[in-house]
Amino acid sequence: MSTTEILFWFLSVLALVGATMVLISRNPIHSILWLIVVFFAISGHYILLNAQFLAIVNLIVYAGAIMVLFLFVVMLMNLNSDTEPQKNNWMKIAGAISGGCLLLIMIDVVSGSSDMQNKTAIVKEGNIGLIKVLGKVLFTDYVVPFEISSVLFLSAMVGAVVIGKKEKETPNP
Amino acid sequence: MPIQYYITLSIVLFCIGIVGVLTRRNAIIIFMCIELMLNAVNLLLVAFSKMHNAGAVGSDANPTAGVDGQLFVFFIMVVAAAEVSVGLSIIVMMYRNTHSVDVNFLNRLKN
Repeated sequence: MSTTEILFWFLSVLALVGATMVLISRNPIHSILWLIVVFFAISGHYILLNAQFLAIVNLIVYAGAIMVLFLFVVMLMNLNSDTEPQKNNWMKIAGAISGGCLLLIMIDVVSGSSDMQNKTAIVKEGNIGLIKVLGKVLFTDYVVPFEISSVLFLSAMVGAVVIGKKEKETPNP
Repeated sequence: MPIQYYITLSIVLFCIGIVGVLTRRNAIIIFMCIELMLNAVNLLLVAFSKMHNAGAVGSDANPTAGVDGQLFVFFIMVVAAAEVSVGLSIIVMMYRNTHSVDVNFLNRLKN
């Protein structure tokens, strides 16, 4: 078993355990911390696939910015206690069964497809994940989507401010 | 690494996210499960990009085949960041109105 395989299995198990703990943690703070573990594991997978730009961006954007925003909101609303009322068990069983059915069907379809047989994703090699190659393509072929995404960010910022703004006190009927 | 491993890992992560959305009632955890699903898809896109590149290196002289997949992941991250900022402000507004983040209180749009 080579080092790459050991790393792959370790990161996969870490991601799956983290995702499961996100699901079953009672405390929202613990869920957020486990989700950060998942993001680190996925970044490790990106590094293993030699997609270094995406690994760093994943860490900065997800683990750095988005999860801090989540933590901030949870602590702002003082939710760090398990005050969540429990759904009845029927709903949990129904959710788990429907998710498990989807899992089984998708895995069966994929493992039965002939297109995916004997295909490998090259690890530790290739230079398409490097920032030089990605930047060249991004600023030649994908300039228009890039600029549109800046407009999207602007509108998201305006939208967040407008939604989060404190409303004027209206007389409650 | 065989591509089947990556596909299986991504499907399992995606289904864990779906089960989370279906079974939890806390709006923030539902939102985090959506992020989990986005990340599962991102991982699969990067793996497919590397697979496509491996197939192209042998056949023709296009060394940058598969870059599109990784740029797609980049744009997904951009959209996810915008989505999180708007979604969290909606959750904050919901908490301000109902003093709870339980999604079952939102079954009526009125009052």
